[in-house]
Amino acid sequence: MVTAGTSIETERRRMTGSPCPAPGRLRESSVNSDVAATKFRVRRLAAWFGSQKVLHGLDLEISNRRVTAIIGPSGCGKSTFIRCLNRMHELVPSARVGGEVRLDQEDIYGPDVDPVLLRRRVGMVFQKPNPFPSMSIRDNVLAGLRLTHQLDRASADETNERALRSAALWDEVKDRLDEPGGGLSGGQQQRLCIARALAVEPDVLLMDEPCSALDPIATARIEDLIHSLRERYTIVIVTHNMQQAARVSDRTAFLLTGELVEYAPTDRIFTAPADKRTEDYITGKFG
Amino acid sequence: MPPTTLKTHTDRQYDAQLDDLRARLVDMARRVEEMIANSVRALVNRDAALAKRTIEDDHQVNRCEVEADELCLLILAKRQPMASDLRFITLALKMVTDLERIGDLAVNICERAIDLSSVPKVKPWEDIPGMAAIVRAMVREAIDAFISRDAVKAQQVIEWDDEVDAQYRHVVLDVINVMIADRSTVENGVMVQSVAKWLERMADHATNIAEQVIFMVHGKDIRHLGKLPR
Repeated sequence: MVTAGTSIETERRRMTGSPCPAPGRLRESSVNSDVAATKFRVRRLAAWFGSQKVLHGLDLEISNRRVTAIIGPSGCGKSTFIRCLNRMHELVPSARVGGEVRLDQEDIYGPDVDPVLLRRRVGMVFQKPNPFPSMSIRDNVLAGLRLTHQLDRASADETNERALRSAALWDEVKDRLDEPGGGLSGGQQQRLCIARALAVEPDVLLMDEPCSALDPIATARIEDLIHSLRERYTIVIVTHNMQQAARVSDRTAFLLTGELVEYAPTDRIFTAPADKRTEDYITGKFG
Repeated sequence: MPPTTLKTHTDRQYDAQLDDLRARLVDMARRVEEMIANSVRALVNRDAALAKRTIEDDHQVNRCEVEADELCLLILAKRQPMASDLRFITLALKMVTDLERIGDLAVNICERAIDLSSVPKVKPWEDIPGMAAIVRAMVREAIDAFISRDAVKAQQVIEWDDEVDAQYRHVVLDVINVMIADRSTVENGVMVQSVAKWLERMADHATNIAEQVIFMVHGKDIRHLGKLPR
């Protein structure tokens, strides 16, 4: 069980840039196993807000370098679930987590795991693009990395270009890297946030409704980006848009009132789901 | 997924569109079934006038096909159906094609009925009406299975196809024997064989519909079982 108190301390450390172990590891003794077929192994995962239990013992495995979509009605625990994958849930006062989450076989809730390091390996992109509006595009991209690293100009430029290229934004902003991130369009701002998340070289990208504030063209760009990123990263995406889940993901999990109803290949979920509740939800016979 | 109590869609307009499509398919199937009956009746009774009226009826079946297709495209574009709804729409798109083809085959029979109405009978018509009765039942039951989401009934339709095939082989052998015995019957005998062949094709289309019904109900594709390359 993890309480909010311990993690708030590590979060404070992250914000103040206190020294941390090297990226890519959760602790000194950890072993990277990038080639593992299973990236996350989740067992009996439960989560609470105070006395309210919002996840009820989830069991599932998330494949390495695949896109996993989490769908379900509002309040079903989708966002809470992915926030348990990088220990952001515990940042909420009174929030608790039970059960087990293993990343590359390592228990991320182990006593000597540093949540800050975990969040470098498991990056997150939110519903609303949240660049630092007055900070330059370049500094936005490097903001996460600079919390823990001193960067010389050459490596900063290299990282900046690599992250912006990975986020399919480089060609649009390469001539105005010193302009404020807040001046970009909504879709560009979201890709800037993805670039910021990629700059720290994570293994996993969690996306919490990343397109819900974007127009259809910007949404298509993000979906195209997800398709190209899946070759290098494990992606878990929460979405209310079932067509989007059907388009971008390899496997889909359907959550309902904090329980995992069905978890199967996406093609199967959207053509012939096994559970009546999944069927009712995705065909709009719900509520 | 096995059939269970059907819930309605939260958006009732969506339900209304699906109900509309279902009603159109039932209406089209009813017209096609009537065309089968009338085409064979025209053949057996040497009723050229009935055959001509039945050919005219095909225009209405064609219109049904176009309208059902349009409605399917509209639902696909507006609703982006999923799961059993998606299987229903894809079934509807295929079903109208099968029904329209059955209508065309009934027209073929009517044209032969007109040709044969003015020449001597090759042989008594005891086999053709029997085949037609099974084919009509197959179309009717396939549509019933579709409406009631009844995979058991659909399976029954698929099994009847063997009976139609057997009757077709029987008719062909019979006609060949008649033609061997009397070479003057060859031209008309070939026409009779064609009629039997078209009835057999109608049964194949009804079988297609029944297979699609099983896919709609269970999400399991049973077409070409054991015949697809591995």
